[in-house]
Amino acid sequence: MPRFIDVETLRPAPGRINWFKYSSPQTFFPLAGAAVPWFAAAAAVLCAVGLYIGFFVAPTDQQQGEAYRIIFIHVPAAWMSMFIYLVMAFWAGVGLVLNTRLSGMMASALAPTGALFTFIALWTGALWGKPTWGTWWVWDARLTSELILLFLYFGFMALTAAIDDPRRADRAAALFALVGVVNIPIIYFSVQWWNTLHQGASVSLTRAPTMAATMLAGMIVMALAFWMYSIAAAFARARCIILERERNSDWVAQYIEASK
Amino acid sequence: MKPRHRRLAMVAGGVAALGIAATLVFSALNRNLVFFFTPSQVAAKEAPVGRAFRIGGLVEAGTVKRQGDGRTVHFVVTDTAQRIPVVFQGLLPDLFREGKGVVTQGSLDANGVFHATEVLAKHDENYTPVEAAYAIKNAQDAGERAARTVSPGP
Repeated sequence: MPRFIDVETLRPAPGRINWFKYSSPQTFFPLAGAAVPWFAAAAAVLCAVGLYIGFFVAPTDQQQGEAYRIIFIHVPAAWMSMFIYLVMAFWAGVGLVLNTRLSGMMASALAPTGALFTFIALWTGALWGKPTWGTWWVWDARLTSELILLFLYFGFMALTAAIDDPRRADRAAALFALVGVVNIPIIYFSVQWWNTLHQGASVSLTRAPTMAATMLAGMIVMALAFWMYSIAAAFARARCIILERERNSDWVAQYIEASK
Repeated sequence: MKPRHRRLAMVAGGVAALGIAATLVFSALNRNLVFFFTPSQVAAKEAPVGRAFRIGGLVEAGTVKRQGDGRTVHFVVTDTAQRIPVVFQGLLPDLFREGKGVVTQGSLDANGVFHATEVLAKHDENYTPVEAAYAIKNAQDAGERAARTVSPGP
């Protein structure tokens, strides 16, 4: 049974953009290269604006005083840690189903950024927990499931690195990533399903946010900044992975020759 | 059926089966995954007997009393239905306030008094500027004053 995609079925109707063109590492490589500086610049600007709002514009909280200001890093990082996992699992699943090479590379490129945001969320959470709750860490459902997320990222990266053949590594890691998706709703709904020390969500899709408008604005801007950073970092990392895996192809040889 | 359709069906089916399995496991575990018990659960004998556990609820207003030694503090944890008296020796977190959330670890004695070894403050998800909270309180006080002066006695 052939293990490649019948190209004829993917060819779009005339006059439409062929998005599948960019599923080839060779065409994605320059596109990502052109996009990285823009996303990186957007991340820097949004981060500066978000932190300014967070530290100088947003008012002091009447309950927690200034300690609550870590929310401007903690919550966007926690959002990103869960969202990147979903995107990573999505690309891993696409790679399994369509056998596209770039999907697995994209999943591998996202994992370290996701792990970074998970670590930031846990670390800032500990720094926040000490002055407000009175403890660095408790084993409640929210904190524990977020720690499991960090281990899932580590497991994904270790599995990818442990198998020499990159295509086999991608398939094994993709299955692992898809199994781990179960943890994401557990993290998100843990504060509703169980008694936890962690408070409920201040911002959700189903009801009005329970925080002042400037506080919310700072958090949203920081979340956008983390989005831009994640895209820039993942694209830059994907480019390295492409060069490494395609090093024996003619176009990489030409690219290296041209950039000498 | 093309191979990629078959693989899509396998991945979708696998994720769905996993989701159902996880849902079943967690609904079965639900009772054991609580971080703390509410005073009502303790009254209904759902809390473990003979070992330490946590209770969570609100610190009932007006019940916080410090003993002369400056370390021992008494207060009542309530979920507005049941109340549990608590005694604790040590430092309280900054956000420990009357009328606010608290989670405390310890064990019950024969008299129904909870001897706490650790007290954690549980704050809510509301963030309000100091000025707004002050304004709301002023408005409430004004409203209460108006109600007292206008309404005739019972």
